Amino acid sequence: MGKPNSRENIFSRLNKAVRTVPAWYPDPSPWEPARLTPKERISQFKELMTAGRSEVYPVKGDEWVAQLKKILHERRINTLTYGPETEIGKVLATEWETNDGSTRLIPWNNTIETFRDELFKIDAGITSTMGGIADGAALILWPTPEEPRLLSLVPPVHFALVRADKIFASFTEAIKKLDWAKKAPTNSLLISGPSRTADIEMILQFGVHGPTDLIVLVVE
Amino acid sequence: MDNQSKFNFKHNVEKGLADSELRSNLKFATNTLRAKRKALFADPEETHALRETGRNIKARVLSRLPKLLGKLEKNCIRNGIRVHWAETTDEANQLVLEIMDKHGAAKMVKGKSMVSEEMHLNSFLEKKGKTPLETDLGEFIIQLNNEPPSHIIVPAVHKNRRQIARIFADKIPGATYTEDVDTLLKTARKILREHYRTAHIGLSGVNFAVAETGTLCLVENEGNGRMCTTVPPVHVALMGLEKVVEKLEDVPPLYRLLCGSATGQRITTYFNMITGPRKKGERDGPTEVHLIILDNGRSKILADGQLQETLRCIRCGTCLNHCPVYTRIGGHAYQSTYPGPIGTILMPQLEGLDKKGALVTASSLCNACEEVCPVMIPIPELIRRLRNEHWDMDKKGVLKGRGSKKSILEALVWKTWKFTCTIPWINRIQLKLMGLSGGFLPEIGPLKAWTSVRTKPVFSKKSLKDLAKKEGIRHG
Repeated sequence: MGKPNSRENIFSRLNKAVRTVPAWYPDPSPWEPARLTPKERISQFKELMTAGRSEVYPVKGDEWVAQLKKILHERRINTLTYGPETEIGKVLATEWETNDGSTRLIPWNNTIETFRDELFKIDAGITSTMGGIADGAALILWPTPEEPRLLSLVPPVHFALVRADKIFASFTEAIKKLDWAKKAPTNSLLISGPSRTADIEMILQFGVHGPTDLIVLVVE
Repeated sequence: MDNQSKFNFKHNVEKGLADSELRSNLKFATNTLRAKRKALFADPEETHALRETGRNIKARVLSRLPKLLGKLEKNCIRNGIRVHWAETTDEANQLVLEIMDKHGAAKMVKGKSMVSEEMHLNSFLEKKGKTPLETDLGEFIIQLNNEPPSHIIVPAVHKNRRQIARIFADKIPGATYTEDVDTLLKTARKILREHYRTAHIGLSGVNFAVAETGTLCLVENEGNGRMCTTVPPVHVALMGLEKVVEKLEDVPPLYRLLCGSATGQRITTYFNMITGPRKKGERDGPTEVHLIILDNGRSKILADGQLQETLRCIRCGTCLNHCPVYTRIGGHAYQSTYPGPIGTILMPQLEGLDKKGALVTASSLCNACEEVCPVMIPIPELIRRLRNEHWDMDKKGVLKGRGSKKSILEALVWKTWKFTCTIPWINRIQLKLMGLSGGFLPEIGPLKAWTSVRTKPVFSKKSLKDLAKKEGIRHG
């Protein structure tokens, strides 16, 4: 598609033009925000996530299920979707089997083409994460076939589980430690809060297209 | 105000200045954005170091541009992204249309993309019977009102809440007038989420394209960009060819510079990195991803050792917020895709000095833009360069429309002035004549414009030279 010689024309102009560029440039000095101890990371992560209007709940080990159920019950969330093959998915399924709450659990089993209309009506979604970053702060999400991309976007409430020992100091550090350039999936994300806008009179508003609430469970 | 109508900058400026509502909207918004940026970049030394890193990263990219673009193309193709090249905006429009037609797509949801504005994609697609829908809230508002954006980052910055409430009430069927921002937002949310669910094709811009990995990075707060790139079955990404970066490690400092400069945020809500279409076994994401790489004059800008600094721009819009001209006349006065200081240097290079040369007058050379530019583009210096080319001062110009301001009369005046200053006897006559006639200068031409707001200059009967002589001052 397009004109067959557009590419050649552009490259021939660029190759000619690039000769006018100075031969040497100072190398960019690496930029890295302050290094933090693991403890500082966790506290900064919690502080900045909260400042960005996310709700952060620290929980111990398996207690996250109880915390989740408590929030679901308090907010009268009717439906929750999740990836059934993931680790947290299995925990959820077992929990709901033995102790069904008022919230209906909806597994995401199909492709978006069959699931789309249902997904747009669901109240909440839950995902695991690759960790978080303290400088920012944000969650790191690497969606997988078992835990698709839209789980963290379409439902108005997004629950995310972060392991406290997976909170990195910065984006730069996360890129190195996770070997992001080589290992990242089709879509990888940083998420620092609920969907927001200030397009009307600079007034900060939440939940314009995606989640109105981001609830982070930090598993320590 | 469409881009095709005749460009009369002076008229636009007068109109902008006379609109007190516009001026108060702009003042409020740009003051807020400036204060936020300042609060984030509070440490001057740290900020300077970060800006230097940003400049060097982008400068290095330009020095290797063809190589990096080749690498980007190769890695994108390896990831399953279809790469297209467009020399002109017409070609890029045609490519988008072909992709839509191939899929029988009528409805397109659009994330914010300045390149699509550069292409006038919406009006092109509408003429072809397609429905392009802006989804960024600001863009959504002004599309309802059939206006172009007036700011790179905050497209509806020129509107206040009451004006937006009026637009919603007039243009959205069933909406009633309300100034409650929460209600306005809910109305938009309801409409837009329905569009995401049903659109055939999603379009987005690209903030950084990483050559080493073939990754497209999108920076946003609203989530509409993620919706447009994830829900519809086909995703088309548009980028100017200068948006490529070399490595993934280059991204964090540029990202911090971009969001800090644009809105004073440490980080945006979403940083969305796309490496390809849906893979086998994955349950969502588009099945096809297209990347259209646009030249539209950029390769020519690269050919000039000085002008190429323009291509470092990361489109943060902070020069707009800091510009004493932009903050008073607003974006529409520039009648150009890119307003403000960056537009002042970029538009004449893209469209020619003959068409957009008037923009280079929109500066007091106060240097504010250069001081805040995250990649240290010497905007005032480039404005002076363009002004020189506009008058063809050194006869070495390279731009289309160079010398379009040149006038024989003006050249003659300067020639004469030169003689009056270098030949003593002519100088004596000139001083005498000016002393005699100085009180009766006719108010025509430039003097008329000058005296419309200022007192007319009156020459003294005696020249400074004569007075000095009389006082017995000697030199040499």
